[in-house]
Amino acid sequence: MLETITSWLDQNEIFTTMTMLEYWQGLVNTVQLVFLSLVIGLVVAIPLAILRTNRHWWISGPVWCYTYLFRGTPLLIQLYIIYYGLAQIPGIQETFWWAIFREPFYPALLAFTLNTAAYTTEIFRGAIAATPQGEIEAAKAYGMSWFLRLRRIVLPSAARRAVQAYSNEVIFMLHASAIASVVTIVDLTGAARNIYSRFYAPFEAFIAVALIYMALTFLLVFAFRKLENHLLRHQRPAGN
Amino acid sequence: MIDLKGYGPALAEGAVVTIELALLSLLLALVLGLAGAVAKLSRNRLAKGIATTYTTIIRGVPDLVMMMLFYYGGQVAVNMLSDWLYIQFQIDWFLQFDPFISGVLTIGLIFGAYMAETFRGAFLAVEAGQIEAARAYGFSRWHTFRRIMVPQMLRHALPGLGNNWQVLLKTTALVSIIGLTDMVRVAEEAAKAERSPFLFFIPVAAVYLALTAVSELFIKWLNRRANVGVVQGGG
Repeated sequence: MLETITSWLDQNEIFTTMTMLEYWQGLVNTVQLVFLSLVIGLVVAIPLAILRTNRHWWISGPVWCYTYLFRGTPLLIQLYIIYYGLAQIPGIQETFWWAIFREPFYPALLAFTLNTAAYTTEIFRGAIAATPQGEIEAAKAYGMSWFLRLRRIVLPSAARRAVQAYSNEVIFMLHASAIASVVTIVDLTGAARNIYSRFYAPFEAFIAVALIYMALTFLLVFAFRKLENHLLRHQRPAGN
Repeated sequence: MIDLKGYGPALAEGAVVTIELALLSLLLALVLGLAGAVAKLSRNRLAKGIATTYTTIIRGVPDLVMMMLFYYGGQVAVNMLSDWLYIQFQIDWFLQFDPFISGVLTIGLIFGAYMAETFRGAFLAVEAGQIEAARAYGFSRWHTFRRIMVPQMLRHALPGLGNNWQVLLKTTALVSIIGLTDMVRVAEEAAKAERSPFLFFIPVAAVYLALTAVSELFIKWLNRRANVGVVQGGG
């Protein structure tokens, strides 16, 4: 098995061991970038969604502004503003932040995180707002405090309602991360662009990377379907 | 007024390119989406298979990768075709594959897949009784489709179409990466030359925001019109 692969790689002009390693490095970068931005985005989005459902406008308003701005403009513009803009902040080049933000990885991570947090906030807002009134009344009748109610009743049931929309957001983020290659990050798309320009072989370079993205997407779809089955077990029809 | 250092007219032209790109892609996406939905719902297994493969592939691949494949690969394919035509038939034909064409083709193809899903759901939401009634009146299949299915399906499809349009509009920004001089591209060049990213990117972001806001209002208005006469439950 391994021998046939190595001999095929040796005969092939484009898919040599070297380009395979390049794709692998791209895969690692893409997965890191997407995974980190999703995790941080989710952690930021949950409290924001709770604020967003607050009935005082001066609490929910700023969050609405944030999600409206980030959902109403293309991610590419957000990435450009952060990537080019951070360097322009007066004095930043003298602080320790500069060592971090000089690398393109961190501005991209910041842009992706802010973007996904905005979408996720709105997904969770919808899910929280759809909590059946009876569940909250029952929790109050049991004497639960606001925080306990949130932790035990509102958030778990909102998470169940949000999971499907959230799985779409995760796949959207994986696909959107392809633009990281425009700020010189060698992610999967960046690797494909390098290989394309080295061999002038657009079909090989881009179809190969498209297949990798497809495999990642279907892996995610499969994982989320499992998660959904697990979370919505109680809603399955009886006798199944 | 903000001073755009002479880039104002170029940015305005870029904005027009963005809007043209979005509208043409939308048109292509609607046509492909309708065809895809009809194929998915048809009893013909080949048509069903093609449509399912199409929507599955599109949803698995990032838009930017698809766009690069079309732009860089499209030119190579056209060159090969043009060589072949010349050698075989002495036909001297050539097409310069520009970013605008690749952009419209890719965005149209991608959103065609999403539209197909939207239309499919909407067709399924049309009551079976309506179709039976049409058949009972002696409508042909085509007639039933055009007079009964499409008008009633549109009402169910509108919210999905609206969402797809909002995403499509923002996807047009990607075409600047393959070299189309839309407003994003102009802003990027200006920002680099003048070393002032905020000055150029924030107005562009504002134009996108305005476009999505206006679209939102328009879709709401369309929705209200389409749902005239429908009694909504709950209230």
